[in-house]
Formats: sequence, structure tokens, C-alpha cells
Amino acid sequence: MPDLSRETLVNAVLLLLLPAAALTALALGETFYINLVSRIAIVALAGVGLNLALGAGGLVSFGHAAFFGVGGYAAGIAAHHAFDMSLFLGLLPGTVWMPVIWMTALLSAALLALGIGAISLRTRGVYFIMITLAFAQMTYYFAISLTPYGGEDGLPIYLRNQMPGMNTNDPIQFFALVFGVLLLTLWAMSRVTGSRFGAALDMARLNDVRLASSGISPFPVRLTAFVISAMVTALAGALFADLNGFVGPSMLSWHRSGEIMVIVILGGVGRLFGPVAGAILFILLEVLLGGWTDFWQFWLGLVLLGAVLFARGGLLGLLAGRARHD
Amino acid sequence: MTLPLFIEQLLNGVQLGVTLFLMASGLTLVFGVMGLINLAHGSLYMIGAFTCATVTGSTGSFALGLGAGVIAAALAGALIEWSVMRRLYARDHLDQVLATFALILIISEGTRYLFGGAPLWLDVPDALSGAVALPGGAVYPLYRLAIIGVGLLVALGLFLLIARTRLGMQIRAGESDREMIAALGVNIASLYTIVFALGAGLAGLAGAMVGALQSVRVGMGEPVLILAFVVIVIGGIGSIRGALVGAVLVGVTDTLGRIFLPELFGLVLPPSEATTVGASLGSMLIYLVMAVILAIRPQGLFPANA
Repeated sequence: MPDLSRETLVNAVLLLLLPAAALTALALGETFYINLVSRIAIVALAGVGLNLALGAGGLVSFGHAAFFGVGGYAAGIAAHHAFDMSLFLGLLPGTVWMPVIWMTALLSAALLALGIGAISLRTRGVYFIMITLAFAQMTYYFAISLTPYGGEDGLPIYLRNQMPGMNTNDPIQFFALVFGVLLLTLWAMSRVTGSRFGAALDMARLNDVRLASSGISPFPVRLTAFVISAMVTALAGALFADLNGFVGPSMLSWHRSGEIMVIVILGGVGRLFGPVAGAILFILLEVLLGGWTDFWQFWLGLVLLGAVLFARGGLLGLLAGRARHD
Repeated sequence: MTLPLFIEQLLNGVQLGVTLFLMASGLTLVFGVMGLINLAHGSLYMIGAFTCATVTGSTGSFALGLGAGVIAAALAGALIEWSVMRRLYARDHLDQVLATFALILIISEGTRYLFGGAPLWLDVPDALSGAVALPGGAVYPLYRLAIIGVGLLVALGLFLLIARTRLGMQIRAGESDREMIAALGVNIASLYTIVFALGAGLAGLAGAMVGALQSVRVGMGEPVLILAFVVIVIGGIGSIRGALVGAVLVGVTDTLGRIFLPELFGLVLPPSEATTVGASLGSMLIYLVMAVILAIRPQGLFPANA
């Protein structure tokens, strides 16, 4: 039985807000706004990924753009080879089928996160922040030097990749797909954090000596969380590339890492629906401030600074009260 | 590959290293003394460059511009410390990252508002233009040599400041036990402001000097900032000596890797592939070096307080 606490209520409202907004936009015939809601859902998904490492695990990764970008490039490269019927590395054909692309994105992100995590998780605190940032920057430069796939200019996706039984080029169907993925991921995430593994991850953040003394080594727990977190963010990246019909190095830039982190914090760190709240807030700020002034990032910076200094706990902290502990 | 080319590129690497040292030493001091991670350090670099370009443009004197750049960055640093940073010392690193990320947005957009999106240009001063012939047949720009010289002087000055002066003593004491030195009557708040302004001034100096080599534009500090992070991670956080060694290592590795790796791959691969593989590996080389060093020594080469 779910308890009907204030947070559950806020979560339900947040979740209904997205399809309600998309359907309203559909009724008004405003395709731009349907795509905007899709973008909110995708960015929220990326945040849900980071939130597992950042919120549950206390691992301040400043490099999640790397995984976001890997997902994006998986979609872009697959579509590129499918489009001109060439082979990836002379071996694999391209594909336009999203399930295959998603599996590729998840696998490549898992491999990359395994490598980055194995090195960076040996360190703590501020080292970890800098190292994840540095490795993300490495993948950024790698993408820039990837001349067969557009290098600095990036790679267009001429036709949105496909899902069996759907027309993904229809904005509302694409939104339904994205929203479905977000729902499934949120559900899976609640299962992960509620599991024995989730409890171990919580303890790795709060007191890793205690975790170790109860017979569980913290390092594999952290590494697993980091890898799962990266995979979810990569899935968001694949969807993001399809939404925009484009993938480029900017998807891996460190500003992107910062944005994903900001979304998690604005919403409320470590709360399941925090990234959803944060994504809604962030994209709305972007659209409203961006429509009002060219220099919207200045005001975004001020809002963010104010939020960090004075409103700890994020939007969910304001709406639904403080989290249970820490 | 010829010897003059190699000497030239080696010096380019050292010059990049010296610039990185000026950035990294400020970052590492601020982290060592206050336990603060400051992403906005690149913005102070940018403030130094913009001030230098503006003042040099209006007065015609590069020396004045350089001084103004350093002072402006130091003042901006003191202002940031006083208004924002001191609220963050007791917070966790996550809050510090976010607040300083917000500062980057504010300062970058503020600069874009004031100066527009087009880059400013800053010329190398006449007295330092031209090139010198070096032993080994290399010809090298005097201005770059001057940057290397200034950087090494600053490094020496910093060592003396920290090892020999009263302020240096307080900084070292602050690194090991801040409650104790506050209890001994040192005004810890003003010490923090001074250290932060010192680091900011060094970043401003780096920005002002490099401004004459590259274009002065919004966001110019960010690539340097991330390289400076790599330097600190390699050298060990809080260690000035580590920052110097790490900076030169990163500067030289990055420069030589980008130039010579494509040539090296050209020996075994066809030219077009060699360029691609070499260029991508060259741009990733310092991160790979960082990974190897971390795998062997997770605390960096010269861990402070070890």
C-alpha cells in the first residue's frame, strides 16, 4: 500500500503535469510545446540517472554528459550507417530500430562507466568531482576528433529512428514513448533504491566503514550504482538525439554535465521525483527567461545561486517538506 | 621531425605549463586552505584578460593593462569570497560546485552583456615582439619566453611567500588546523579573503598574458580550468610543488602529443587514418596520463599534508 504522504501527492501531480501539458499542446495544435514537454521528460530521465549516483550514492559526478553523449552518438552513428548503408568499423550495419539502438547505448555507456568508475571511485570528494569532469572532457575531445562522424560539426539524424508499431515522427507519439520510458525507469529506480542493494548504497554514502564491517565491500556497490546511473543517462541521450535530429560534441560538453546536476539539485537531491521537478523548473526557466532576454543564463545563474545559498532541499524540499534524513 | 621544431614545441609546452601553473596554484591554495572547490576560477582568468585588453586598448600601455588585469581579478576574487564563498566553507562540495557553476553563468553572461559576443584582440607589446634565436637552430617568439620567465618568477615568489613569510606561515597553519590558528588570534576571515584574492590575481595574470596570444573571449577560461583540474589531480591537491610539476607535465605532454602522435602513427598507418587516430589520441593523452598516475597513486604525485 502506498502511503498518501504529501510527497506522494506532489509526485503524482508532477507526473500528471507532463501528459496533461502534452495533450493540451496537442489540442491547441502547438507542436513546439509537445516537443518541449518531450524535452522535459528526456532531461528528467537523464537526471534520474545521475540521481542514483549523486543522491543515493553521494557520488558527485561532474561527468555525466559523457554518458549522455555516448547515448546520443549511439543513436546518431546507427542512423548514419543505416542511412548510407555503410558498416560501422567495417563490421556492423546501421539500424533505425530504437530497441537495438538503446541496447547499444546502454552497453557502451556501461563499458565507459566501468572504466571511468574503476579509476575515479578509488578517490573521494573533490578528487572525484575533478576526475569525472576530466574524463568527460576527454570524451568531449574524442567526439571532436571523430571526423568520420562529423567531428566538431556533429552528425544529423535525417529521419527519427523507429519503434515497432509506432510512428515516432508524430510528436505526440514520440512524447508517449519518452514518457513511457521515464515511467518505467522511475519504477525500476524505486525498486533499485528499495532493494538490499539500495540499502547498501545508502550506507556507502552515510558510513562506509559500517557497511564494510557488516560484510559488504563499498567499492563494488558504488561502482554498480555508477554504472547503472550512467546507463540511464545514456538512454536519455539516445532519446535526446532523436528528439533533436542531431548529435554533436555539445552533448558532451561540461556545461551539459552541470545542467544535469543542476536539474537534480533544483528538484531535490536523492528524491525519486526530484529530477522530474527539476527538469520542469529548469526548462521553464530556460523558455521564460530565454523569451525575455538574450542573457537568460545570467538570471539562471542568479536563481541557481539563490537556490544553493538559501533553498536547500530543492523544489521538492519546498513542496513536500524535508527528506527523511540527512 | 627536426630538432628546431622539437625545441619550439617543447617550449610551447612549457609555456602552456606555466600558464596552467598560475591557474592551478590558486586553485590548489584555495582548496588547501579553505577546503573549497572553485569552478569560477576560469572566470577570474577571463576577467584578467578582458581588463588587460580594455585598459591596454585605451591607454596604449601593455604594462598598465597587465597590472590592471591582475588587480581587477584580485578585486573580483575578494568580492566573490566576501559575498558568496564564505557562506560555502561549511557546506559540502556539491553545494560549492553548484554555487560556483552559477557564478560562471553570471560572470560569463555579464561579460557578454558588457563587451558583446565578438572577441577582443590584444597585441603583443612592441618591446616583446619579435623572436630570438636559440641554440639548436630554433627561433622562438620573445613574448612566449617572457611568459615562461614571469611564470617561473611567480613560482619562486610563491615558494618564498609560503616558506618564508608570516602570511605563508598562517597559510600553512590554516591548511593543517584552521580552528587552532583562529584560537591563536589569527583573523581567519581576512586570511581567507587574502588567499582567495591571491589565487584570483594569479589567474588574472595568466589570463592577461595569454590574452595577447589568443583572442580574448567569453568562455576562454573554461578549457584552461579543466586542464588546471587535471594538473591538481596529478600533482596532489593542496601542494604548490605538485601544481608546478603537474602543470609542466600536462603542458608538455599535451603539446607534444598533439603534434607528434599523428606523425608517429604515420609510420604504421596510411596518412589519413594516422591523422585521425593520432589527433584523437593526442587530445586524450593527458587524461590517459592522469588515469595511469591515479591508478598507481590515487592521491597524486605530491600529496599535501602526507
